[in-house]
Amino acid sequence: MSAERSIQGCRSFPVLRLSARYAGVAAIVLVVFAGVLLLAGKDPIKAYADTFRYSLANFYGFSELLVRMTPLILTAVAVAIPSRLGLINVGGEGQLFMGAWAATAAALLLPWLPVWILLPVVTVLGFAGGAFWAAIPGILRARKLVNETIATLLLNYVAPLIVSYFIFGPWRSAESSAYPQSPAFPEAARLPSLFNTRINFGLFIALTVLLAYWFLMEKTRWGVDMRSIGGNAEAAQRLGIPVATYVVVALAIGGGIAGLAGMEEVSGIHHHLTQGLSPGYGFTGFLIAWLAGGRPLGMLLMTFLFAVLISAGDILQISQGLPYSVVNILLAMILFVVLNRNFGGRWSK
Amino acid sequence: MTTSLFVGVFAGAILSGTSLLYATLGETIVERGGIVNLGLEGVLLVGASVGFAVTVATKSAWLGVAAAAIGGGLTNLLFGWLVIVRKANQLASGLAIMFFGVGASALIGGPYVGAVIAGLPKWRPSFLAALSWVKPTTLFNYDILVWCVVPIAVLVWWILFQTRWGLALRAAGESPTAVFASGRNPAVFQLQGLLVGGVLGGLGGAHLSLSLTLTWAEGMTAGRGFIAIALVIFSKWHPIRAIAGALIFGGAEALQLQLQARGAEISPFLLDMIPYVLTLLVLLAWGGAGRLAAPASLGRTFYGSE
Repeated sequence: MSAERSIQGCRSFPVLRLSARYAGVAAIVLVVFAGVLLLAGKDPIKAYADTFRYSLANFYGFSELLVRMTPLILTAVAVAIPSRLGLINVGGEGQLFMGAWAATAAALLLPWLPVWILLPVVTVLGFAGGAFWAAIPGILRARKLVNETIATLLLNYVAPLIVSYFIFGPWRSAESSAYPQSPAFPEAARLPSLFNTRINFGLFIALTVLLAYWFLMEKTRWGVDMRSIGGNAEAAQRLGIPVATYVVVALAIGGGIAGLAGMEEVSGIHHHLTQGLSPGYGFTGFLIAWLAGGRPLGMLLMTFLFAVLISAGDILQISQGLPYSVVNILLAMILFVVLNRNFGGRWSK
Repeated sequence: MTTSLFVGVFAGAILSGTSLLYATLGETIVERGGIVNLGLEGVLLVGASVGFAVTVATKSAWLGVAAAAIGGGLTNLLFGWLVIVRKANQLASGLAIMFFGVGASALIGGPYVGAVIAGLPKWRPSFLAALSWVKPTTLFNYDILVWCVVPIAVLVWWILFQTRWGLALRAAGESPTAVFASGRNPAVFQLQGLLVGGVLGGLGGAHLSLSLTLTWAEGMTAGRGFIAIALVIFSKWHPIRAIAGALIFGGAEALQLQLQARGAEISPFLLDMIPYVLTLLVLLAWGGAGRLAAPASLGRTFYGSE
């Protein structure tokens, strides 16, 4: 009886309901992953305790979670916008790299500009780099030539090669011999950091984008149009909605937002263009958007959970000597649990 | 000089095309049953890492190949559990398998990074070795996985198009409802198809680590799984045409290696893009034409008789 009432109580508070659901998934996954760690001869209790101690239980660790959340919010929105049309953008990783590349181009070619011009230019170019990279599969899809899932996946492998070409070639910094990277960003091209941590202005950009995404989808005609295309593209076409234009624009805007994540990483965190920009932020963003069914609040909660997981990956690597990629098993298990329970929401059919 | 470049590219095309062809054949069987497995990349990684780990541990490449086949088959069955038994979304489940493969292979292969193996024994028929233009090259000096791949492609064609089982599998890919109405369970054929496809994918991964590179490195498949999925479309879901596709893409990779080895004045990063860009261009050129050849119920979940 009381349990029933508490469930009903949860229903009236979407945050509580979502949190309870995500906590349930997290609990199952943590137990199964503990089994994997045992099989690998590691101590799961120590691993989890370390993760808690170094990520949640102190100020620096917590600030690092916000640092991780910044690109993840952006790459999740990058997936969520095209998904409204039923498009699957699995190219966030490549779009992130192209955004970082274009932002670096602005920072290195126009270093004499004052900060109030250069920083917006860097931001806009970061967006443009990602948007260009996603517009290619967008156009191919709108013309019904190539499926956007395969095209975005393939382009993920090309973008890091472009970045590598530039940091090993034209943009190679003279100071870096062992570990190739671009020259450092001029001060005017760096996103300001906050509270003496690595949290930077990019967090505000990310939250603004998330809010704008909610507004666009729920409060504008475009949101309604996009939902009707996602529901039945042919019916939408006959209603006079320009479906092909929406396909290209939605993918390009999504890609641009993933590009902002790349811009934020390179201008706010690393201050150099490097190969190690992203521990799979693009793919993780896809998972976040998918698990949250594209709902803004759900994406914010999921982003927090995944930020903890990514920190756990770092901690497992340092304290347990496991390869960082092992954290992918955790990501896969979350998906397995959700797919197995088949409550993936809009994309489960 | 040009002839040796040609021979080098051709020999290399066969070597790098082999793993692609195994993966493509596996995915062809799976997709003929109406299932899209985007997790092929993960299956290849599991095959490559399990094969390498077992080879190092047992000092037998044969056991490594067998373990890779089993690993690939089991990974695909996990996928089958999600999409056929639990009726989950195929694209999302495929990506989950990809993540699983990346993580599991890092865990399995981690302790064996840098290990040295002898790899699969190579063998060249004496009548071919006696030819004067073959002798100084590596041409036709191949391991068993290379020698078997074309016969396996023919076998896959025979099974798909000349046997009852193949007919039922293809019917499940075209119209599961019709298969259901004829008193068969499409899910059974699809699961069997996934098992066979996973075994072939595991063999493809094993060829990468046990013959082509003789090492294990994280993410060593470098998108071959996705290229193989594109090759399935390129070959219009036909195992024999897949041979030509795998040779072309193996050739692109071999050409890039030959150019690098000959000190071409092109950045290796730009050359590395060739396979991915070529894949996109091929899909683009094929455009809508390929879609007509696709199994009619590809990617759709069958919920039972309606």
